[in-house]
Amino acid sequence: MHVGLTHYLAVSTMLFCIGLYGVLTRRNAVAILMGIELMLNASNINLVAFNRYVAPGAVGGQTFALVIITLAACEAAVGLALVMAAYRSLETIHVDEINVMKW
Amino acid sequence: MGELAAFIILSCVTLIPAVVVVTSGNIVRSALSLVPTFLGVTGLYILLHAEFVAGIQILIYAGAITVLLLFVIMLTAGGTGTRIRQVNEQVPLGAMAAVWLGFLILLVIFRTPWQSAATAAPQYNIASVGTAFLTDYVLIFEVTSLVLLVSLIGAIIIARREE
Repeated sequence: MHVGLTHYLAVSTMLFCIGLYGVLTRRNAVAILMGIELMLNASNINLVAFNRYVAPGAVGGQTFALVIITLAACEAAVGLALVMAAYRSLETIHVDEINVMKW
Repeated sequence: MGELAAFIILSCVTLIPAVVVVTSGNIVRSALSLVPTFLGVTGLYILLHAEFVAGIQILIYAGAITVLLLFVIMLTAGGTGTRIRQVNEQVPLGAMAAVWLGFLILLVIFRTPWQSAATAAPQYNIASVGTAFLTDYVLIFEVTSLVLLVSLIGAIIIARREE
């Protein structure tokens, strides 16, 4: 028995669901961003695995995985900047205590 | 056989720290547990013959994003956060949603007859990825660089102290 596409898809599904659980249950905004990073990693595994097993001649999947890594870095930078801004004006980073739209 | 063993070990290295990331009450431990998860994903990329993606994964995820998360944890109050409740009241609901979604996706994955085209292991190299970026996917490349610039400026403006 050798490793096939379904193995990689199963691992990425589990990683995605772990990330989803983190996003749904955490109070800390930084921990929510960690869950989002796990979910983006799961999607990257999917893209590279489909590239390897379904279209081995092309590099489209790897290209999109690189684009997603770039966008994940952007998302982390902007998200953490928002966390810092919220912490400065509201003195909390727990998302269930941030309930005002305008200060 | 060796490939299967490597795959199982790398999957455990990926998934067990990921569980620690979402369940640990210590937020610094969560952030540091991201590193073995990202390194396990890097190993999976190497098993899939995507060496360039693996290198970029180490540089950006394990190197940059983890350090950025740790910086923000240190800059905000609470420290490791072990004395504060870290989870909200949706724990049973969130676990149920995650387990059900995972069950459904796994069901679909194992029932779909995937058409596998892979025979021998293909040899990718950095040159082919770079050529694809600058010929077929040049629009995506340019738009991504624009997004990177905009998010850079946006992050500086949002995080700047207002006068």
